[in-house]
Amino acid sequence: MKNTALTDTHIALGAKMVPFAGYNMPVQYEGVNIEHEAVRTDCGVFDVSHMGEFLIEGEHALDLIQSVTSNDASKLTIGKAQYSCLPNDEGGIIDDLIVYRVKENTYLLVVNASNIEKDWNWISSKNTFGATMRDLSEEYSLLAIQGPNAVEKMQALSSHDLSEIKFYNFIVGDFAGIENVIISATGYTGSGGFEIYCKNNEVKQIWDKVTEAGAKPIGLAARDTLRLEMGYCLYGNDIDDTTSPFEAGLGWITKFTKKFTNSENLEEQKKKVLKRKLIAFELDEKGIPRTGYDIVDGQGKLIGKVTSGTMSPSLKKGIGLGYVSPVFSDFGSKINIQIRKNAVPATVVKLPFYKG
Amino acid sequence: MNIPADLKYTKDHEWVKIEGDQITVGITDFAQSELGDIVYVEVETLDETLDAEEVFGTVEAVKTVSDLFLPVAGEIVAFNDSLEDEPEKVNTDPYGEGWMIKVKVSDVASLDSLLSAEDYKAIIGA
Repeated sequence: MKNTALTDTHIALGAKMVPFAGYNMPVQYEGVNIEHEAVRTDCGVFDVSHMGEFLIEGEHALDLIQSVTSNDASKLTIGKAQYSCLPNDEGGIIDDLIVYRVKENTYLLVVNASNIEKDWNWISSKNTFGATMRDLSEEYSLLAIQGPNAVEKMQALSSHDLSEIKFYNFIVGDFAGIENVIISATGYTGSGGFEIYCKNNEVKQIWDKVTEAGAKPIGLAARDTLRLEMGYCLYGNDIDDTTSPFEAGLGWITKFTKKFTNSENLEEQKKKVLKRKLIAFELDEKGIPRTGYDIVDGQGKLIGKVTSGTMSPSLKKGIGLGYVSPVFSDFGSKINIQIRKNAVPATVVKLPFYKG
Repeated sequence: MNIPADLKYTKDHEWVKIEGDQITVGITDFAQSELGDIVYVEVETLDETLDAEEVFGTVEAVKTVSDLFLPVAGEIVAFNDSLEDEPEKVNTDPYGEGWMIKVKVSDVASLDSLLSAEDYKAIIGA
């Protein structure tokens, strides 16, 4: 199992460690509810250095990225980032990712830890454009500093005006005494803040200064409840090699302004009725939906599966995502979640669950 | 780790307080700390008579679900329904306000199979 550059720091803080995507990662420090609350109301810091980073450079770097991703990366100016996905040839999704345009012909792709090798092999196999590819995953660390007070609490650590960095924009600058780190106004919590990309040997200093400045360490358990309250997809749960971007509600990052993997079939699919749709639901009664539970109609007939579920720490009720046939996908539709022996009533709702 | 010497235990990390032919059952301090923040305790077997090792309920933490196993055969005669609104009592006071059920034991001799505090400590390496 791999460690991040901060594994010893997490253990010294008393974190409960779990294997995740091949890494020994902190799942919680004090408790998931306290950590969740800290990010929603104040400021927290996550070590998410397990994430993968690929640098793609060269005259035709953009051509390669355009050919493998679903969103239109030609819209990116330097200093902007974009959420996207890597479609496969069979209608599914290889991974979701963020594409950063760092320089004129230099892009950074940030991918899920569990998919680093799969993504690398896939993109490499499509690199007929002569782009230079470097896998920086083992050399780079990533901290997510998230919460409504992140800007204010971290401002003293940088000479740049952090409040000037707009959502899905980034700068390369100084932070916590380290030069040339990426400060990106992105995240996976819905509570604002930054993500900091730096070298492994720089991350301890940044972590120490960030926690001294008032960010509470947050584990992966709260990362999951925070993202689920926003309805952000988790690869491996809500999207995978078999789910289409349209079924997953990712039509907004699927742009037919260019050709990409399987784009012709996806364009056809867009015109037709989908076989299934990812929906968000809240339980009307007590209970907690979990990944893999059946979704049933009023007669107990199977209509879908839960892909993510939890007790929402903010809403104090069971929330989840799942795929159902489109007839059950309208907001307000009544469905049931089969929790052990009981079919618990639930209502299809609009995202996000947590509205701030 | 708090493991009171006057209680009995199971390998499934439950504690048992014996009062004649009635027992009170909850989960141990070790169990609650492993589960993390507990958000739901479901017991739908009130008034049922179950065998030892049968599932009498479920405890849900934010990230995990665990079945609750009846330590010995008997009838579930009470459920701590205050846990419906305050499941966090299982975290804060596992041996007190976090108790889960009371059971009328079918055969008092079956209680001899329960673990002592020392035996349980050995199991969890405390």
